[in-house]
Amino acid sequence: MSNAYLVLDDGTIFQGSSWAATGETFGEAVFSTGMTGYQETLTDPSYHKQIVIMTSPHIGNTGMNDFDMESDRIWVAGFVVRNPSPRVSNWRSGYSLEDALIKSGVVGIQGVDTRAITRHLRDRGAMRVGIFSGTELSRDEMVIKVRGSEQMSGAFLAKDVTTPKKYVVGVPKGVEKKFIVAALDLGIKRATPRSMAQRGIEVHVFPIDATSDEIMSINPDGLFISNGPGDPATMTATVALVREFLTKSIPIFGICFGHQILGRALGFNTYKLPFGHRGINQPVKNIKTSKVEITAHNHGFAVAAPIEGNFATVFGSGFVSHICLNDGVVEGLELLERPAFSVQYHPEAAAGPHDAQYLFDHFAEMMAKSSASRGAHA
Amino acid sequence: MPKDQAIESVLVIGSGPIVIGQACEFDYSGVQACRVLREEGIRVILINSNPATIMTDPEFADATYIEPITPEIIEKILEIEKPSAVLATLGGQTALNAAMALHERGAFEKFNTKLIGANVEAIKRGEDREIFKGIVAKIGGESALSRICHSMSDCISAADELNYPVVVRPSFTMGGLGSGIAFNQSELELIAGAGLRHSPTNEVLLEESILGWKEYELEVMRDHRDNVVIVCSIENIDPMGVHTGDSITVAPALTLTDVEYQKLRDLSIEIIREVGVDTGGCNIQFAVNPTNGRVIVIEMNPRVSRSSALASKATGFPIAKIATKLAVGYTLDEIQNDITKSTPASFEPTLDYIVVKVPRFAFEKFPEADPRLTTTMKSVGEAMAIGRSFGEALQKALRSVEKKGASFSWVKEGESREELLTKIGIPTEWRLQQVQRALWLGATIDEVHAITKIDPWFLAQIAMINGLANEIVAEPVLTPEFFTKIKSSGFSDIQIAALRGTNELAIRAERNALGLKPVFKTVDTCAAEFEAHTPYHYSSYDTETEVLSRAKPAVIILGSGPNRIGQGLEFDYSCVHAAFALRDAGYETVMINCNPETVSTDYDTSDRLYFEPLTLEDVLEVIRAETAAGPVLGVIAQLGGQTPLGLARGLLDAGVKILGTSPDAIDLAEDRGEFGRILQENGLTAPKYGLARSYEEAVAVAAEISYPVLVRPSFVLGGRGMEIVYDDESLRGFIQKATEITPNQPVLIDRFLDDAIEIDVDALFDGNELFLAGTMEHIEEAGVHSGDSACVLPSMSLSPQKLAEVRAATEKIARGVGVRGLINIQFAISRAEKDGALYVLEANPRASRTVPFVSKATGIQLAKAASLIAMGKTIAELRSENFLPSAGDGIAVGVSVKEAVLPWNRFRRTDGMGVDSVLGPEMRSTGEVMGIAETFGEAYAKSQVASFGALPLSGTVFLSLSERDKAPSVEPARALVNLGFTLYTTAGTQKLLSENGVASTLVRKNSEPGEGLSAVDIINTSMVDLVINTPLGRGTRHDGWLIRTASVQRGIPIITTIAGFKAAVSGITALRAHDFSVKSLQKWQKLVK
Repeated sequence: MSNAYLVLDDGTIFQGSSWAATGETFGEAVFSTGMTGYQETLTDPSYHKQIVIMTSPHIGNTGMNDFDMESDRIWVAGFVVRNPSPRVSNWRSGYSLEDALIKSGVVGIQGVDTRAITRHLRDRGAMRVGIFSGTELSRDEMVIKVRGSEQMSGAFLAKDVTTPKKYVVGVPKGVEKKFIVAALDLGIKRATPRSMAQRGIEVHVFPIDATSDEIMSINPDGLFISNGPGDPATMTATVALVREFLTKSIPIFGICFGHQILGRALGFNTYKLPFGHRGINQPVKNIKTSKVEITAHNHGFAVAAPIEGNFATVFGSGFVSHICLNDGVVEGLELLERPAFSVQYHPEAAAGPHDAQYLFDHFAEMMAKSSASRGAHA
Repeated sequence: MPKDQAIESVLVIGSGPIVIGQACEFDYSGVQACRVLREEGIRVILINSNPATIMTDPEFADATYIEPITPEIIEKILEIEKPSAVLATLGGQTALNAAMALHERGAFEKFNTKLIGANVEAIKRGEDREIFKGIVAKIGGESALSRICHSMSDCISAADELNYPVVVRPSFTMGGLGSGIAFNQSELELIAGAGLRHSPTNEVLLEESILGWKEYELEVMRDHRDNVVIVCSIENIDPMGVHTGDSITVAPALTLTDVEYQKLRDLSIEIIREVGVDTGGCNIQFAVNPTNGRVIVIEMNPRVSRSSALASKATGFPIAKIATKLAVGYTLDEIQNDITKSTPASFEPTLDYIVVKVPRFAFEKFPEADPRLTTTMKSVGEAMAIGRSFGEALQKALRSVEKKGASFSWVKEGESREELLTKIGIPTEWRLQQVQRALWLGATIDEVHAITKIDPWFLAQIAMINGLANEIVAEPVLTPEFFTKIKSSGFSDIQIAALRGTNELAIRAERNALGLKPVFKTVDTCAAEFEAHTPYHYSSYDTETEVLSRAKPAVIILGSGPNRIGQGLEFDYSCVHAAFALRDAGYETVMINCNPETVSTDYDTSDRLYFEPLTLEDVLEVIRAETAAGPVLGVIAQLGGQTPLGLARGLLDAGVKILGTSPDAIDLAEDRGEFGRILQENGLTAPKYGLARSYEEAVAVAAEISYPVLVRPSFVLGGRGMEIVYDDESLRGFIQKATEITPNQPVLIDRFLDDAIEIDVDALFDGNELFLAGTMEHIEEAGVHSGDSACVLPSMSLSPQKLAEVRAATEKIARGVGVRGLINIQFAISRAEKDGALYVLEANPRASRTVPFVSKATGIQLAKAASLIAMGKTIAELRSENFLPSAGDGIAVGVSVKEAVLPWNRFRRTDGMGVDSVLGPEMRSTGEVMGIAETFGEAYAKSQVASFGALPLSGTVFLSLSERDKAPSVEPARALVNLGFTLYTTAGTQKLLSENGVASTLVRKNSEPGEGLSAVDIINTSMVDLVINTPLGRGTRHDGWLIRTASVQRGIPIITTIAGFKAAVSGITALRAHDFSVKSLQKWQKLVK
């Protein structure tokens, strides 16, 4: 096992051992605090171009399986763990984590003080980072390379992860098909269409560059805007598309990146959080019910919207429907006069708690109401 | 919604004495509850019979009742105090059962109060197995197939349906009492028979076996607005079949994918909602089939539990505190997370470390007991350790249990792989060590998994440790990289030394030369996502340390480690008191301990908490880190019992200052020769004694002293290994055992004083003045370990002259030894002569087990005073500062009786019969209760009710007495007859009683041939209400044993000493004269002032 280095933008270097693929890799350093669900994290397209530091000290215990993939590949740019598992133990497991990472060419590092790295990022904010494993560079050379790598702010990444062509996720056997939804894939996780399909929603997943006409051609009951990587400020075309759909009064539901895009479509700014929210234990308060839900988060940007009272937009008034209790960050938006809402977190979970699954029901109810009123017009 | 303003006062029900399955975790939870309630401005009324608890300190409640926890007594308290609400979910099963009994009696309506925390219906839904199964089915979960049975014939037919093996679980018992696995009908009769008796509702559940499945536990909290969080997941390394309390467990769960974990989480939330636990915590246990993931819900506890304490310490999320806040009306999001100070309690802690809990057993105290671990909990304590890897946490936890053989070892001698592979099929206290050795000797992970069902992931981790051990042997030099690697896998310097054929000091020197030391990380609930404001630390060989520098001088307090028989809650009490007193005195207090059940390991108790093993290496590393952080005044080692005392010398040698009584003084008191010289110089007498290092030496000493002799290993607590020996042959056996307990230490041989009163004294000494806090008189005669003997304060039979003699002797010894702080001395006064001679049995220059009892009985906080003396205060200063009375010694108010609680009903022999319940010189009690009243009779009666259940006020008493005890029993027997009791006796006893005009009915001894009822028959058919049986002669004679075990199994009160018999009669007499009176400790203590 040779030495490997985790090199930060600010010149800090953590020495560990090589693990998974060797070579060098760059990305934005983010830490994830989930104690379960590394497979879902690795395969979540939102982690594209990010190097993920797992705070949980043992990773890989349950290996990888064919059932918990959130997309068809591993997306993270690099993977940082303290103690990789020497043995896989789980009845569903098909292969080991390290094998999967090597196969995907993902450079990893092990044996570093992940808590020290986390504290560093927490105090100084997210930054660019590189993993150098089996390379022969000096410390200065490594830092210079990291500083030459791409920044997350201003990055347009959804194009890298979107589906090349439209596909349909049908409702499972025994479930009545009630609605058709057009889902804009900016990095969609499999759990999202699955959650909708279980509720009788047939999901047509469109690539990022789908036109309004293409989407309308399936006569959708609702539009869904998915999660995804990158800076929401770069998503001008998608924001314009969403604005168009807002005027059509077709129910809209956005998750994560989709929420940020809806926020921008409504005229709000988005901004980069110091170190983001990444974990599956985040308390979010539903303003309507005052109830707290424990939720899965994965976001480095957030929407700047007024938390108190209602706000006015060109699409009518609305309000912040959810906030994060840890730091008061806006976690949900809802319009009052049009059927549109979004959440910054992940009701589809995977990984994470299922507390917010009711939001898919809410979307279905919104579509039911909307189609009833459209029916009345017809 | 904030606090419910209608709640002005709350009665908190405690959990009573420490028993197996219900230990000091409920002191921890009770203390948190009392603190929270008082912070909210609520008047707190408390009932708990256990004087060793912190919660029964008068300053934790407005009215503290040290009274038996019975519905009758609680009703009296409700009548006096009229609380607006009763909180019963923090006092374990005892409090929950008391609450249910109060409900049945209509007490809540009668006294216009209500239960908060969990309502009666929710408790029933959670605890009644049939209702609970219905709930599990309703929410779409699965339970093990099962049948409810109320009789043995029900059980037999149910087992035929379910197929053997079947699991037997009695309803409404704690710690799995009376449960077990039956592989055939005869085992079923045995286990289910006991279960039916132990269940207050005579109900047992038989269910399909899920032996070997993976076992998980989730700690859940819910508020009245239906916000639910999972505080912690715990995975048992020992799969299904071993009680959770007896399993080695790990947090968080390590072998589940998110999908599988979320399934358990969803079920937990659905269950807590459906059961209707409106506010507070509960735990839910699951079994998961390792081959297909099928999940079975095992059970829930609708209350704070032992696991909640573990989860609180493991995560930093204070479950009991939050549960109390929820009970008085708050919601989770309205409560702040103490550790981050910026985020709310409505979240789920996430861990960036691994926690391992290892139980500590006491089978050595019960050599005849079946050592197999089953679904009946048998461990008496536990240690927890934290590390940044499983290996580090596991190895730290194993050395934290402080038991020889617990840490992994790699010596060539020992059982073969084949022998080990056979042994690991049966779970015992030593299974994990056997597994480790089997793997080391070449067994494969798959092989070991097939036999034990321990998850291969854990086995692979152990195999990795074995691999490193081999490398430690093979490496020519320990390079810094390799050294770091093995330390971060948890290897201690001692283990490394053993592997490299050197000693601990040499390895430490090598390590120090490389500058290799652990860093200290923080338990912060959030994996460093937010800044932590609570210095709750653990060590790890990693890179960044988080200990903050400080200006205030620090005092380091060493705790007492895992609870064990002989060293339990009483010592934690003293450590906690020191932390409080020293913090108030302006010092920075630093606690080191590894027992998750305690108040001392609450992050609020001290300014800094280090959750670390109490070994020399680990303690020195904390001292090193704290010394780097700021000034350290020294270490207090005299309060935590034998554990810290045993470290004192090593610490001193390493240059650490020991505050208070010096290690030299400690050694002086332990060294028989030196101590004998002090006695001699002061004109004091000890029973004749000698020291022996071999059998030959021992025989010579015994011959000189003459039999019977009391023999014991030196440097042990709780009479560990102590025996009364009558001949050379038993002496030989003893010497063999003793050298296993403490190798390299001599064996002590004392003359055994037959027929003597034993006296226990607790005193403070500052080098100049003595403060004698209390002189306790044992109720059982000398020969019964002081920890197992009931005692009374003040002494009932000593003359003022004798008391003065005791005081003078105490002062001489304290001065001679050089005590600075607490000293406990045991004396014996011969009964053979009038005003008999005073013998000094032993002196312990440290906090004793009786410190809390004396503190409660006298209102003087001895441990606080002792910690201040250790810092240099004089008794005169403490008197002027009101820590001690302005003049004179401690005065007990009323009469206080301490009674020991014994765990006989937990153990069975391999043949299924009970273990003998006779008292002896080896301590076997797990806890204690206190009864306080105006008279001895009433105080004693209270202590009996609190420890064993009610004394009968009428009915039938069975007496079978040893020759020696027959004559003294005449008068108490006559008193019983006069009170209207019917007596059954065996032949000899009957003869003597009838000669003295006391009538009784003859019962056949079981060993006597013939027709008619035998002694065991009348016990088994519940014809008797009380059994008096003193051991016949010496050794376990079969008749006495049969009587005692039958009584224990039937739950009939049994007394095995004549002194206990006399005390019981005075108790019954007192109770017949008038009902118990109750009075709060605060009122008692007003009487003194």
